Amino acid sequence: MKRRDILKFAGAGGAMLLAGQAAAKTNRTTTNGDAFGVLVDTTVCIGCRKCEWGCNQTNALTTQDAKAFEDKTVCQTHRRPAADAFTVVNAFDGRRADGQPSYMKIQCLHCDRPACVSACLVGALQKTPRGPVVYDAWKCMGCRYCMVACPFQIPAYEYSDPLTPRVRKCTFCADRLAEGKRPGCVEICPNEALMFGKRSELVSLAYTRIRQFPDRYVDHVYGEHEAGGTSWMYLAPVDFVKTELPALGSKPMPEYTETIQHGVFKWFIPPVLLYGLLGLSMVSLKSDERDGKGDGHGA
Amino acid sequence: MAHDAAAPVRAPYFTTGVKILTAIAGIGIAVYLYRLIAGLGAVTNLDNQYPWGIWIAIDVACGVALAAGGFTTAALVHIFHQEKYHPVVRPALLTALLGYTFVVIGLLADLGRYYNVWHPMIPFMWQGNSVLFEVGICVMIYLTVLYIEFVPIVVERFAGRVHLPGRLSALNRLGEAALRLADKTLGRFLSLFLIAGVVLSCLHQSSLGTLMVIAPTKMHPLWWTPMSPLLFLMSAVAVGFPMVIFESILASRSFKLKPELDILSGLARIIPILLGFYFAVKVVDLVLRGAWVYLFDGSPASVMYILEVGGGVVLPLVILMLPKARRSIGWLFAGAALTVGGVALNRINVFLVAYRPLYAEKTYFPSPFEIALTVGLIALLVLVYRAAVMIFPVIALPAGAAPAVTRNADKALAGA
Repeated sequence: MKRRDILKFAGAGGAMLLAGQAAAKTNRTTTNGDAFGVLVDTTVCIGCRKCEWGCNQTNALTTQDAKAFEDKTVCQTHRRPAADAFTVVNAFDGRRADGQPSYMKIQCLHCDRPACVSACLVGALQKTPRGPVVYDAWKCMGCRYCMVACPFQIPAYEYSDPLTPRVRKCTFCADRLAEGKRPGCVEICPNEALMFGKRSELVSLAYTRIRQFPDRYVDHVYGEHEAGGTSWMYLAPVDFVKTELPALGSKPMPEYTETIQHGVFKWFIPPVLLYGLLGLSMVSLKSDERDGKGDGHGA
Repeated sequence: MAHDAAAPVRAPYFTTGVKILTAIAGIGIAVYLYRLIAGLGAVTNLDNQYPWGIWIAIDVACGVALAAGGFTTAALVHIFHQEKYHPVVRPALLTALLGYTFVVIGLLADLGRYYNVWHPMIPFMWQGNSVLFEVGICVMIYLTVLYIEFVPIVVERFAGRVHLPGRLSALNRLGEAALRLADKTLGRFLSLFLIAGVVLSCLHQSSLGTLMVIAPTKMHPLWWTPMSPLLFLMSAVAVGFPMVIFESILASRSFKLKPELDILSGLARIIPILLGFYFAVKVVDLVLRGAWVYLFDGSPASVMYILEVGGGVVLPLVILMLPKARRSIGWLFAGAALTVGGVALNRINVFLVAYRPLYAEKTYFPSPFEIALTVGLIALLVLVYRAAVMIFPVIALPAGAAPAVTRNADKALAGA
């Protein structure tokens, strides 16, 4: 057992020589104009939960059949995404004239500067240039710091799995995007409440709609700036504090910690300086203190 | 004026208290094994809203903080040459060594994929933006440094005395040679490791405070502050000597030795200064951020904060400022224990009480399993500590009680 570990380390050492350069990369890649996004228009969403079903099918999450997703009462219960449900549709009071609730699809928003990616110590979470924030279970240690860090409280954990638990969240169907397809939920949405496209174009589309129908929307594209901007964005008929989304500033979450961390380790000067100062004290204080003292260090 | 020499303590291992601890540790080990088989869900009350529980807040965060005595005493004696305090260096080193070892053991229980714990060592997985990466790497290196610092004690105990039983006796000469080699090489470099230990401690003690800074919207304003790393470092420095005093008095009580009042009250004199600075920064931070308004709203959080700072910072600060209290073993113990409790409560507050997930339907409270594992690991740590001081020369005994063996490594250290 032990010997195998040693071999593993030896292998890692070899890989280390090859991958030395890669280690220095940072996660400061802000998505470019070509990155994909989804605009969720909650004024169009009818809460049919077809996107939940589509997501379930695409990601093979549960064995529930389509019937299970027809029950609309669960939308009233403020559900959260879970290990076996990457997206949920919840109702909120959108002040509709007919008194009916409005609906909001919730999933990972795929931040441009994700807190989870900054938090992950082994790089198991990555922001890809196309937009999706993807997870590599093979690297993951299962520390769950990503769950602590996420400002949207999205990542879920497979607590019931004793050996190979995974962090679970919406993948933005990264595999489908790579094949030129749209995400599973977008594909199935019957009402065009989910609009898929270039993020930059979606932002303009959102503002066009707000300008065209000022009575229909609040003048706020949620996700354009929240937490530094997200790939998924929302339009809503009421202030977003009345929806299922948290109120956030425009500062990306990683900036809170990374400025501290990179300050302390600026070119390794502070640690080296501290080492030098302590070494200097050790040497210089010795001569004064120890003069005339003959006691040994046996104790 | 020769120091009292450190020597293995001679006492029967099992007392009533030790037997009780053994039972508690046994339960903890059983829960540990159960967790490895059954998984986190079956054993803990953690969920998607509360991903971290007491295994992180107590086993890891408190464990690291309360092991700070290792680097503060090393700095005091070996860097600032306060030779008077030499007798507490080894007990503090052993505490730090075991403390960090148990931090890792506790962390492994909490990791969903504990078998991947070595991943941060692989360069292509390095993620330098992660605060946790910094903590992990520093703790890993520091733990190695602690074991290296302990080598001279092993050499002192066993060099020239390697007598393995039975067929293993063939390895006697090899063992001797290894000890002598370690002694010779380490003697030259030990001071380099000592300073590295202090630097590494400063780095990860503060980084532990940076961890929760990434979640401003989920943290109670009484504890969420960009100053958190500084506060964590200052409180770790402040809790080092109290922990040494706390343990020293407990150990002398347990082994029926006379506590070294002179040394302990000398150490205690430094504590109010360290606590004073910590308290000052904490107050200034609270005022500057305007978060003091939450102090008096009567919420559970405010009560915990007042308990933490009032009982764990101000009270011991006042007690240990009084020269009379510092000369009394009872008050000394009270002051030290309060400080230890205060810093431990701070870590629990930051990682559990202050954490308010956005969509929680119930608040987290540890399951009986989680508590049993945490308490069991602490009991096991005490048991291993007791065994270690009975095997190795760690605790200073009154002069003449046992012969001191000074070896190269220690001599070189004295001359460094």
